[in-house]
Amino acid sequence: MKHSYIGEAITRIEDERLLSGKGKYIDDLKLPGMAAMAIFRSPHAHAYINNIDISQALEVKGVLDVFCADHLDALPSIPLRLAPFPGFERYLQKPIAVNKVRYVGEPIAVVVAENRYIAEDALDLLSVEFTALPAITTVDQAISGKNLIHEETGENIATHYTVSRGNSDYAFANAGYTRKERFVTNRHGAVPLETRGLIAEFDPVKPLLRLHGATKVNFFNRRHLSDAFRLKEEEVELIETDVGGGFGARGELYPEEYLVPMASRRVGRPVKWIEDRRENLSAMNHSRDIIVEIEIAATKTGKLLGMRGTVLGDMGAYVRTNGGVVPSKAAQFLPGPYRIEAFSCDVQFLITNKTPVGTYRGPGRFEANFCRERMIDLMAADLDLDPAAVRIENLMTPSELPYRIGELVPGDPDATFDEGDHPGALKRLLEEADYDKWKNRQGEIIDGHAYGLGIACFIESSAAGPPESAVVSVAPNGSIEVKTGASSVGQGTETGLAQICADYLDIDIKRIIVRHGSTTLLPSGGGTFHSRNTVMAGNATRIASETLKQRAIELAALRWNCPTNDLIYINGSVQNTTDVLSLEELAAFAATRHETLSATGTFDNEKKLSYSYGAHAALAAIDLETGVVVIKKYFLTEEIGRALNPALVQGQAVGGVVQGLGGTLLDHMIYDENGQLLTGSFADYLLPTSSNLPEITAITLEESPSKLNPMGFKGAGEGGIVAVAAAVGNAVALALKPYNIAITELPLTPDRLRASLRKTGN
Amino acid sequence: MMETVHKIKLTVNDTLREFTAEARMTLADCLREKLDLTGTHLGCEHGVCGACTVIVDGKSIRSCLMFAVQANGSTVTTVEGLAENGILSPLQEAFRDNYALQCGFCTPGMLTTADAFLKENPSPSRSEVESAISGNICRCTGYISIVDAILDAATRLAEKGDK
Repeated sequence: MKHSYIGEAITRIEDERLLSGKGKYIDDLKLPGMAAMAIFRSPHAHAYINNIDISQALEVKGVLDVFCADHLDALPSIPLRLAPFPGFERYLQKPIAVNKVRYVGEPIAVVVAENRYIAEDALDLLSVEFTALPAITTVDQAISGKNLIHEETGENIATHYTVSRGNSDYAFANAGYTRKERFVTNRHGAVPLETRGLIAEFDPVKPLLRLHGATKVNFFNRRHLSDAFRLKEEEVELIETDVGGGFGARGELYPEEYLVPMASRRVGRPVKWIEDRRENLSAMNHSRDIIVEIEIAATKTGKLLGMRGTVLGDMGAYVRTNGGVVPSKAAQFLPGPYRIEAFSCDVQFLITNKTPVGTYRGPGRFEANFCRERMIDLMAADLDLDPAAVRIENLMTPSELPYRIGELVPGDPDATFDEGDHPGALKRLLEEADYDKWKNRQGEIIDGHAYGLGIACFIESSAAGPPESAVVSVAPNGSIEVKTGASSVGQGTETGLAQICADYLDIDIKRIIVRHGSTTLLPSGGGTFHSRNTVMAGNATRIASETLKQRAIELAALRWNCPTNDLIYINGSVQNTTDVLSLEELAAFAATRHETLSATGTFDNEKKLSYSYGAHAALAAIDLETGVVVIKKYFLTEEIGRALNPALVQGQAVGGVVQGLGGTLLDHMIYDENGQLLTGSFADYLLPTSSNLPEITAITLEESPSKLNPMGFKGAGEGGIVAVAAAVGNAVALALKPYNIAITELPLTPDRLRASLRKTGN
Repeated sequence: MMETVHKIKLTVNDTLREFTAEARMTLADCLREKLDLTGTHLGCEHGVCGACTVIVDGKSIRSCLMFAVQANGSTVTTVEGLAENGILSPLQEAFRDNYALQCGFCTPGMLTTADAFLKENPSPSRSEVESAISGNICRCTGYISIVDAILDAATRLAEKGDK
């Protein structure tokens, strides 16, 4: 084989267009006759809608249409895509508020106008009368049921369940050591830099609904949109554009996925909707917002025996497409990569007057890791043990893997952690982080800053969900096209799939064009979530490329009128002992036969997941006077089986760490007691910037290739973020140990830390 | 409503452009809507995220916070104007070679900010670069590769200047 791209840090094929301003994001698309749409959103967290007066808005010159629920026929409910636990069906959202609003930002009315300036002018002239109701803003208020958000259900508990393995009563009864704590992870979210946006073209005559700006799970979304608009699936097209970041939140079915097509159908023109940032912060899925009460049982020497707890998930006002993913994964991942035989967890999904919750990079894992890893450090401190030694003692060893973790999510098949060396990944981290030096210096004060090095371990599932497909085809001009049902949300999918295709076809990567996501490209696709693109679309591309080679040999055999087993495929061509037929020649030959040189590949992991794993370490310096936490150095090891492109893997890890630092120290959707979102702009909702960047050492381990796919890939998109709060929480706690401060609630803001320090007399 | 329309003349990426715009129309919207220069992105429309940064008379500014009419008579460089004859500038190349972008949405603002910054400070320290882009939000990369790219670009530009 002449060409070898897999495993190489080649530069990205996406970059030239993105660097020169030629990317095409949704707001860059302009269609002839296109109108603009703006949404009137609820200013109340909880209120009855008494009256909506649209008359003045309709009079504005350039306004084409104004509509609210009263103007629409039977409204569909936004479906559950994941973790659809019984009970959730009572809390599904309609695309537009009917009689009542349940969170600030809920759509109430839509204005369609010649341009967005006019549409927003008209929003100001809408007059809506409300009767405000008490807002439910905490899980305790939700549980009490004193006020109901969906009255007809009689409760604010969307569902609850208990999962377990082993006998935790026995474990706790016989433990030499137990401890119980309550941890809070802050509500925050993906907040991609590009806000959401869509353009709908609804032609009721053809009929055809074409929706631009789609991403993530286009084939699922097409199925449900076609149902909602009473169209056949093939009459709905979801078209993917360049995407300015997803992180789990973009591309789900939101109210706007229905409202924009409705607007287009009503005005008979293409309609564009671009979310502004204030809308984005109140309308796109929030995430995290989990309270965990956790209790551990261990021997007096720190051998873990059992864990039990309660996960309280604040779901916001409705259950959207992601169903119960966040709390259920928090529960499933609470025991983590440790040998904990007895585990039980009660999980409650609570409805409040806040923006609905969905997935954000590492959903449930970020939260679970924080709680468990803090608990292990608390135990180590109580028992006077070294936090690293305790972890090595309790981590599952290679000989204990694969390990069946049991049915910890109702309805999911039994999950099994696959092979790997967890203690090895931790030991490598400890070396990198110079742990032995720091373990005797925890809490040391340098220039008014208290220093601590915190560590944390994680395990992370990847590549769940339906099969993925790819089509590879050769044009007579020699260019090669890879089409996949997977999406790109900016992570380098085009480059990665091109690397695989170029290797398997043994050709120059420059010949390859990768097209992704759109439902017009191929009959089916699984989509992009759960760190699955490289595993799923990567293997589909491999299969399609291999099949294409076989097809090339068959065509050459026809052309030369010889048996196929006289021929070999090499260097992008089919050869016999004397002659060569290139792929383009074979494509031209296929064209003469009214055929194409192309092949399809589908990869199905049959619900067997690969688990990446590893460890994080943070060196934190806390300014004792201001309470500001600065992360000086950050280390992580992440076993991903095999790195398709080490530079892009590095980018995922480092980017994940910094995003996680935001979630740990800054990002916080804050609501007041009336359910008003206080963080509706980037002046209030703080994100990490380039100030105070740590030095980050991200080590990719490729020592345990996945046995579930021939290329050995495990997902690599989320390992960078999942243990950040855990490692930083431990670092801050170790740094401030002399001051006896509880690090149990995120984010770790200066005001909180200062308040705690003051309380303990500092 | 605000219907006052102004005639505006701008030199954008070395080309004189004339158009009319309502007084309230931002420079960002004019570049994107009137001149079809959609490389300039809008991430927050309140001056925090930096995605809409363009260079006006040599200074990097937030085009979401400037009305087009305020820029009348100015020279504007957008991301589309950074490459010369279709060849990426040393700064753009350094971004590619340092893997300094993922989704690419913040990239135009990062590039324009860095381009103006490097003209003011051709041999910056790492912390000066970090400070220069501290008003530009990136959600993907964690910034480190962007800082690397800008430092690399400074070296490339110095070498190019020496030749």
